[in-house]
Amino acid sequence: MRRAEFAIEALIKVLGFSAIGFVLLIFVFLLREGLPVFAQVPLSNLFGTRWYPTFGLFGTLPLILGSLLVTVTAILMALPLGVATAVFVREMAPTWAREVLKPAIEVLAGIPSVVLGFFGMTIVAPLVRQVLGAPTGLTAFTGALILAYMSLPTIVSVAEDALDAVPKSYRDAGLAMGATQWQTIWRVVVPAARSGIVTAVMLGMGRAIGETMAVMMVTGNAARMPLTPDSLFRPVRTMTATIAAEMGEVARGSVHYHALFGVGIILFVLTFLINLAAASTMFKQKRRGGLR
Amino acid sequence: MNRYQVQRLGFVLLTLIALVVVVPIVLVVGVIVARGLKAINIEFLIAMPRDGMRAGGIFPAIVGTLLLTLGTALAAIPIGVGGAIYLAEYARDTWLTRAIRLAILNLAGIPSVVYGLFGLGLFVLFLRLGTSILAGSLTLAVMTLPIIISTAEEALRAVPSEFRLVSASLGGTRWQGIRHIVFPQALPGIITGVLLGLLRAAGETAPILFTVAAFFLPHLPRSLFDQTMALPYHLYVISTQVPGMPHEIQYGTALVLLMLVLSINIVATSIRSYFRRRRQW
Repeated sequence: MRRAEFAIEALIKVLGFSAIGFVLLIFVFLLREGLPVFAQVPLSNLFGTRWYPTFGLFGTLPLILGSLLVTVTAILMALPLGVATAVFVREMAPTWAREVLKPAIEVLAGIPSVVLGFFGMTIVAPLVRQVLGAPTGLTAFTGALILAYMSLPTIVSVAEDALDAVPKSYRDAGLAMGATQWQTIWRVVVPAARSGIVTAVMLGMGRAIGETMAVMMVTGNAARMPLTPDSLFRPVRTMTATIAAEMGEVARGSVHYHALFGVGIILFVLTFLINLAAASTMFKQKRRGGLR
Repeated sequence: MNRYQVQRLGFVLLTLIALVVVVPIVLVVGVIVARGLKAINIEFLIAMPRDGMRAGGIFPAIVGTLLLTLGTALAAIPIGVGGAIYLAEYARDTWLTRAIRLAILNLAGIPSVVYGLFGLGLFVLFLRLGTSILAGSLTLAVMTLPIIISTAEEALRAVPSEFRLVSASLGGTRWQGIRHIVFPQALPGIITGVLLGLLRAAGETAPILFTVAAFFLPHLPRSLFDQTMALPYHLYVISTQVPGMPHEIQYGTALVLLMLVLSINIVATSIRSYFRRRRQW
């Protein structure tokens, strides 16, 4: 009996540390398959501006910039929408509106990315083409639009938690000073929830930069440097889409294969840093007293 | 304009923004349901694809997704729930525990396609499982782990500490208290968390791209080491890789996937709200 219990508790302890084990395992295997590319291809090529694997050109710059363009545009759209929705839900929505909004956002969080990509391809992209009068609707903008909605559930729920954590006394104080509810919300409550909102944006950004299927289906996948002003409305290619589209056809152990794992390392490190930053703001905001 | 008019205007603006958020969601679900329903009949659900997938049904993709989800559950539940029990009941607030939490947060943020690369490197190649249901399920399991651990931990922590105290005061060991008192109380919450994790696994495409998914297989998988078709990948294939695909079949496939995922979602949230109303603490 005692011995069985000891074994179970030891097993649970091991399982407790499994998360650390898996993060390390993922990193080790990315390095194992990805590092060879740094020996096989000169750095000037790897960070060059052209990605044409068939000609031995593995410039990751257009992919990195493509990911950034789509992600940053998506967050610029999602941030005001998400924060406004969180404020609406938490601070002023009538009960019936809350009961429509919250389940709707939960449904959005549950829609598989390939379904949103399919919807983007068949409905949104043709609309974008018509409105812009462009030759194709598969553009960075279309991708950013879909991504903005995909990161909304994360942004709304984390921002809502942040607003929730602002003590009630702050609101009372604002109202007692003669401010309207509107003034209290934007000059007292939202600034007090600032660090939580930053966390929300970062988690949303991490989600957006790693999104694969929807982006691959709607951005047109042309690996070009998005440097001209009209790049937002032209096809673009992200890091995630490159891996997903090319890994299936590549020979195991070839330079191209290792290069795709190299792109995976870049993605892993980027999302790791974003999440680390989100975590540090999250731990910071825990210290604050006051009545709820 | 005085500040009360500003307030009224602001409220109108926020309501409009809420509409901008909700309307597209309703539109996505509405369009897929409306157009997909036309394709769905018994044959579509239980027949093999025919004519280069342009006719017939999507049975093997449905079976494949169910098998992968089951495999994910078998692998992820013991590890995830065990990890949650450790964090909620045993772990003290040390730097190691903080490292575990950071690792969980980080796991939750790793892009799905990177999980695909990891699965390819570890399960398919290094462990020589090949592109197989086993490799795909394990990859998906690692991806669902952070969701299961964090929701299950939350469910365990929600059980009041009095339950643990009473168990100990009656001479129960810590493990007996967890197994017979705390765990049963937290079970509905844990099930909700597990379902939320599995629904993510059922809908994912990128992690299965290089670990299990087959473009087209005219038969059902025969063992754990077979490839299989799966709904999300099938939708990707028929909407981008097959020319001349009838829209009906695309929308039908999207609808089946959407309904599968949304019904797991509804079951999960209703378990949560049902037991929340009935519990006595």
